[in-house]
Amino acid sequence: MNPAMNSALNSGMAPVATPFFFYLLAGLAVASGLAVITRRNAVHSALALIVTLLAVTGLYLMLYAPFVAAVQIFVYAGGIMLLFLFVIMLVNIERSSKERQFNRMWPVGLAAACALLALFVSAFAKGKALFPDRMMSLPESSNTQQIATMLYGEAGKMGQYTFAFEIASLLLLVAILGAVIMTKKKI
Amino acid sequence: MPNFIMSYLGSRVTPGEAGNQFWALMYVLIIFAGVSVAVIAMNWIERKALAHFQVRLGPMRVGPHGLLQPFADALKLMLKEDIIPAEADQFVFWVAPLIGLLTAFTVYTVIPFGPSQAVSDMNIGILFMLGVSSLGVLGIVVAGWASNSHYPLIGALRSSAQMVSYEVAMGLAVVSAILMTSMNEKGTGTLSMIGIVQAQQQQGVWFIFKFFPLGLLAFVIFAIAMIAETNRAPFDLAEAESELTAGYHTEYSGLRWSLFMLAEYAAMIAVSSIAVTLWLGGWMRPFPNLLKAPAWEFIFSLFPGFTFFGLAAIAFLGVARMPAHSFFKIQRIGLAVFAALLGFFALLLLVIAVAGRSADTSLAARFNEGIDYVYWFVLKVAVFMYLFIWYRATWPRYRFDQLMKIGWKVMLPISLGVLMVTAIVGVIVS
Repeated sequence: MNPAMNSALNSGMAPVATPFFFYLLAGLAVASGLAVITRRNAVHSALALIVTLLAVTGLYLMLYAPFVAAVQIFVYAGGIMLLFLFVIMLVNIERSSKERQFNRMWPVGLAAACALLALFVSAFAKGKALFPDRMMSLPESSNTQQIATMLYGEAGKMGQYTFAFEIASLLLLVAILGAVIMTKKKI
Repeated sequence: MPNFIMSYLGSRVTPGEAGNQFWALMYVLIIFAGVSVAVIAMNWIERKALAHFQVRLGPMRVGPHGLLQPFADALKLMLKEDIIPAEADQFVFWVAPLIGLLTAFTVYTVIPFGPSQAVSDMNIGILFMLGVSSLGVLGIVVAGWASNSHYPLIGALRSSAQMVSYEVAMGLAVVSAILMTSMNEKGTGTLSMIGIVQAQQQQGVWFIFKFFPLGLLAFVIFAIAMIAETNRAPFDLAEAESELTAGYHTEYSGLRWSLFMLAEYAAMIAVSSIAVTLWLGGWMRPFPNLLKAPAWEFIFSLFPGFTFFGLAAIAFLGVARMPAHSFFKIQRIGLAVFAALLGFFALLLLVIAVAGRSADTSLAARFNEGIDYVYWFVLKVAVFMYLFIWYRATWPRYRFDQLMKIGWKVMLPISLGVLMVTAIVGVIVS
């Protein structure tokens, strides 16, 4: 092994062109996010939403959170968006895209958007107090393991979030059963 | 030569880990070319093998034994008119085949052809592979919708329902294999594709034989689910030609249609590599721990060369059996040249094997090692690819309700059971 390689390894895989990829992914996410709400055709909106989700996946990867990125692909881009498309395709898009929207929800939407913006601005302003002042330097290779330790705990000991995790899974189970009972008349 | 090109050659990590962009790009190009060649070869083998299963000859006219048929087909597909139906959604129709192709080729970044013969070793390798390959169904669904026609839409809906259903059983089977990776002193498993193979090496057993018959059961579930995932016979309901003309790609023609085919075959190779990595020891040769004397090492490193000698011998047999009519003269010369090339390649491999043995630390030894790893990996994947053809020739297509019944009422309970029992046995053993 020569010195150049050694230094590359010791620095712990120096990230490549970080600002460029950040702005690329962030710009992609924002642009496709705008496309989601401006397209009249619901399938186009759904496809744009998939692009948004994938761009956010890239951002997770840049934050050294590979497990979250994988789950994002799996659950949102792969699972939920597929079901979205599945349902949208059964709707008559030709007609629904020409129909005038009959609900008047934009004041509520505007208020919600403003509230979210205020939250972001305040988080940005008070960032130093809210977040640790530097990035946690977790080695990428043990990221998934760290999540597992938090959720399930070490041998013989309950993890930090074990209870919340189990409750969430119970909630999901209830939702699944509810969906089955509501759609199937005879089981 | 610049330092960044040479410096990587001595290292024992993937270019992704070493942060070497040049070699990462090289590996991507090599894999892209290799997969494309494999798809071409698979196309020919599938047509020939299916024909022989049905007591036909198959392609015989273009080149000796139809060897040049795939190239003729490719030329035809490129020259064919590319029709976009007037009522179709132009943009989505255009982008659909690309989605399938992109997802099928993206997963190759983490496939481990050897301990350092991969583009990158991700910490979440297997999750990444399953996640991205599950995105491939989007291409099919969107293609079916954009065609604005009934058969493609039905095909697309069928395919999405089928893939969502079989993904569940597939994921559970994969989890039970991942559980087995944690059977070491530290008690922590891994999701990295390279790590999974190394775990099998450490424990001295392929996961298909681990906790017999649990590993075997999980493997069988995966092997069934992966056929459904790639929409191949007997689960090819998305393109059931007797009911849906051609299913989701009915309205596609020419180059765009061939992109769908390329994506399908690339996805088949990708899922086969997952199966090989998780259960069949990935790049490892048979008995790497038991027969690890240098002599055995040498004998096994001769395999690639002798395989190509075998292929060359078959090709020469073809030359000898060619009819003596003057009409076959050009074909005979062509096949003889092809056989000679195969033989030359075999000789080259043997020379590398011998050189790698005599000089232990040199680049030749490293190169020889790499050839061995890639050879065993590709051999195992090739077995799966042949099985895909065999299944297609043997089993009749399932009805859609039967397909759903198998997915939800047979495969899912069995895979859940296997997962639980694996966990219990693992806890007891450790």
